[in-house]
Amino acid sequence: MRRNGAFALVFNGIFALFMVAPLVVVIGVAFTPEGYLEFPPSGLSFRWFQAILDNPDFIEAAWISLELGVVSATLATAFAVPAALAIGRGRFAGREGMQALFLSPLTVPTVVLGIAFLRFLSLFDINGTFVGLVLCHAIIITPFILRLVLASVAGLDRSLEKAAISLGASDWTVFRRVTLPLILPGVVGGWVLAFITSFDELTVTVFIVNPSTTTLPVRLFSHITQTTDPLVASISTVVILFTVLLMVVLDRLYGLDRLLMGEGAR
Amino acid sequence: MSFLDLRSLTKRFGDISAVEDFSLSVAKGEFVSLLGPSGCGKTTTLQMIAGFINPTSGSMILNGKNLAAIPARARGLGIVFQTYALFPHMTVAENVGFGLEMRKVPKAERKRRVAEALDLVHLSHLTDRHPQAMSGGQRQRVALGRALVIQPELLLLDEPLSNLDAKLRDEMRLELRRIHKEAGVTTLLVTHDQDEAMALSDRVAVMRQGRLEQVDTPFEAYEGPRSTFISGFLGKTNTLRGDLLETTESGSRFRREGLILDGPVAHHIPGPVEVCLRPERIDLVEADEALVSGIVSERIFLGNQWLFRVDTPLGELMICRRNRGRREAEPGETVHLSWKPEHLRILPVEVQG
Amino acid sequence: MSVFSSSAARPWLLSGPALALFASLLVTPIVMTVLLSFREFSFYGGISDTLGLSNYIEILGDGYFYEIFLRTFLIALGTTVLCVLLGVPEAYFIHRMGPLWRSMMLLVVLGPLLISVVVRTLGWAILLGNKGVINDLLTRMELIERPLKMMYTSGGIVLALTHVMIPFMILAVWASLQRQDPDSERAAESLGAGPVTVFLRVVLPQCVPGILSGSLIVFSLSASAFATPAILGGRRVKVVSTTVYDEFLNTLNWPLGAAIAVLLLVSIMTIMVAWTRLVERRHGEALQ
Ligand SMILES: Nc1ncnc2c1ncn2[C@@H]1O[C@H](COP(=O)(O)OP(=O)(O)OP(=O)(O)O)[C@@H](O)[C@H]1O
Ligand SMILES: [Mg+2]
Repeated sequence: MRRNGAFALVFNGIFALFMVAPLVVVIGVAFTPEGYLEFPPSGLSFRWFQAILDNPDFIEAAWISLELGVVSATLATAFAVPAALAIGRGRFAGREGMQALFLSPLTVPTVVLGIAFLRFLSLFDINGTFVGLVLCHAIIITPFILRLVLASVAGLDRSLEKAAISLGASDWTVFRRVTLPLILPGVVGGWVLAFITSFDELTVTVFIVNPSTTTLPVRLFSHITQTTDPLVASISTVVILFTVLLMVVLDRLYGLDRLLMGEGAR
Repeated sequence: MSFLDLRSLTKRFGDISAVEDFSLSVAKGEFVSLLGPSGCGKTTTLQMIAGFINPTSGSMILNGKNLAAIPARARGLGIVFQTYALFPHMTVAENVGFGLEMRKVPKAERKRRVAEALDLVHLSHLTDRHPQAMSGGQRQRVALGRALVIQPELLLLDEPLSNLDAKLRDEMRLELRRIHKEAGVTTLLVTHDQDEAMALSDRVAVMRQGRLEQVDTPFEAYEGPRSTFISGFLGKTNTLRGDLLETTESGSRFRREGLILDGPVAHHIPGPVEVCLRPERIDLVEADEALVSGIVSERIFLGNQWLFRVDTPLGELMICRRNRGRREAEPGETVHLSWKPEHLRILPVEVQG
Repeated sequence: MSVFSSSAARPWLLSGPALALFASLLVTPIVMTVLLSFREFSFYGGISDTLGLSNYIEILGDGYFYEIFLRTFLIALGTTVLCVLLGVPEAYFIHRMGPLWRSMMLLVVLGPLLISVVVRTLGWAILLGNKGVINDLLTRMELIERPLKMMYTSGGIVLALTHVMIPFMILAVWASLQRQDPDSERAAESLGAGPVTVFLRVVLPQCVPGILSGSLIVFSLSASAFATPAILGGRRVKVVSTTVYDEFLNTLNWPLGAAIAVLLLVSIMTIMVAWTRLVERRHGEALQ
């Protein structure tokens, strides 16, 4: 039997502590009854969660982030799924280049993307608009959807589609009745992952928002760079809980280990 | 005194009993095969001996030493894994030398022994290759060389040939025999291939659902199966259920479907029994010599032999005939069958469960 | 005709919308940014129409920028080294766990990947501050008298970046571990190797491709990270991305900011290509 020794267990314990410590302190601090950061909190108070309600800025920013996430993830899915079908099965000249292009937002430094979008959008005078945000986010999150859908397409038995065609199904019917249901877990998983990515995006967004379209991460960021008070901790706690909720949804829909580890997860 | 002594070895995974009360003695230099259908506990047994699975109970003695008290890395057994488990980042020579390195064998001697081992497995020309640049058969040889170079007291092979194609498998079978003869190492082979087990081993140990059913030389096990399961597992067989009527000094008689047949000397209590008859022991004869006649329902040509299914009053019988290049009976034809009473094997009725 | 028959135009039709989006909103802006970096800027006249190398000359002639680039890459290097040292053993230990523990640990290790970097960095700010949790704890245990300075230091940034980046390293190493034949560890053990030898001689060498690709990801993401150095480094410990941010949104010298960003892009790309070449030459033939 393979078993980890004492060293491994200790190492693992410290490592787990390292991973959860920053999250635990954020959540802990959020419950302080005091007006400053303290950990562990001297009491259990919801004061700072109530304070969120008195800050319409943050609430509005949260709504913008939600809308932005939903719209851009949906738009990116609509673009990425056909592209993934093309890349996943075609053998055509330019296929590799196309895939590299669609995945490039992952490798280009995000500040570079941020200033590039800023420059472009301000030339057309749409910097800071919701439409501009949606388009830029759609580009940043496309690679995440593309990768998951590509994995699903690769695992697809093409003879199923051929069988449908031989039975007289039209292109669209084949897609709707055979292909889409089979790649659906990848599509939905990709959508949720894209939503989370958009919802959390800071580095690009910080360049292309204006005061009326400020997203939650940007508002949180500018608040933290000026002062860290228990308010940001309580907002962050809500963000953590929201993300965990989405993780549970993702786990149900697609399998968290499969999403994070790829198909080989045991 | 046996060399390897397994006593009442048992392994349970929760409720699943993978190996149950397994006892086997192996003599020094002997080649024994563990044979059985998939999931019967062969790998589990081997892994217990190797030290990768702790037995639930039972004892394992190798050359007077209690194996259970020794960790896997100190048991000094040679193991060939089903997937070969060659180290992909090491050359053939480094793979084979690894065990010697662990034993801190001086470099010069290590080199000499690696060369010897590679010689034994006929791989001297591929010393510096990496495993992924080799064929299945070659990898197999590296794995064998790596296991043998440490001069193990016991060699454990887990389905070493199952990843090879049919032709290579036959070739490696002969190689394994030669290597075993030359190295003289006590060997335990796990396989679900009866031909492989019979071709290679001094004795076969047939397992079924975690239990050892029979240990015998291949010939004895084939000729004298102790159960219909073994009879069916080692080669093809016709199994007929009937009633044993009487046993005498010179033979026995039993009844099936209203027909009375002579059987061999038996010591069973009269009553329901199962009778096994090998397809190759049934002769085609003239009508007046026949014990039973029937109509050929199916005929299959296998190259060196023909296989017939014949509908008889006894039930469907399978018949095997060597291909002599002559015309053989076709489906629909009536054939007449006969066999010697001593070729019947009377066995107790299997209790299902 | 079907969507999947081999009409030559089909893939281009399918990916047309995405291509249009990427061409107009990704390729064009990046090209424009590169062009912007060659324009001149004055506080009175704004951005000029003439092209020139003045921004690059300014950056390359100023020790201040050298310092920032050096700091950025040292932070990225430190983060990569820490990720290797911590992530590789951790991935191996998780790999060896039973299924239940394994999925729990994977959640603990990889879950943070999905949680906002701003939130995670806030956690580190609370931990590392002069009156933060760590200093508080150490003072109360009477191990230190004056608080350790961890906020606004490169060390603090490296620590927090390691937390942010280590899931990528673990994922890459995990992929290598999954490809390994589990019997190869048993084989080494049966030949007499102890646990440390098995790890160093059998497991680690087979993980090298994963470690190398993980290092590349961690290094390039760390070199361009923004939120963590911005929050933990502030104005005092500036890195390339925070400098670009300041040039664009505070100084408003866009051409200079663009030139810095282009230099970052080029240096990261160069490092990536060189690294990939090196890896392919070294391990191309030995490991698939
Ligand atoms: N780790 C385990 N946990 C639970 N059950 C197990 C475990 N390992 C093996 N088993 C069960 O024990 C039984 C014997 O397994 P084993 O691998 O020994 O079979 P085998 O004879 O080697 O089969 P095969 O020919 O397919 O390799 C099987 O029913 C298997 O499902
Ligand atoms: Mg097995």
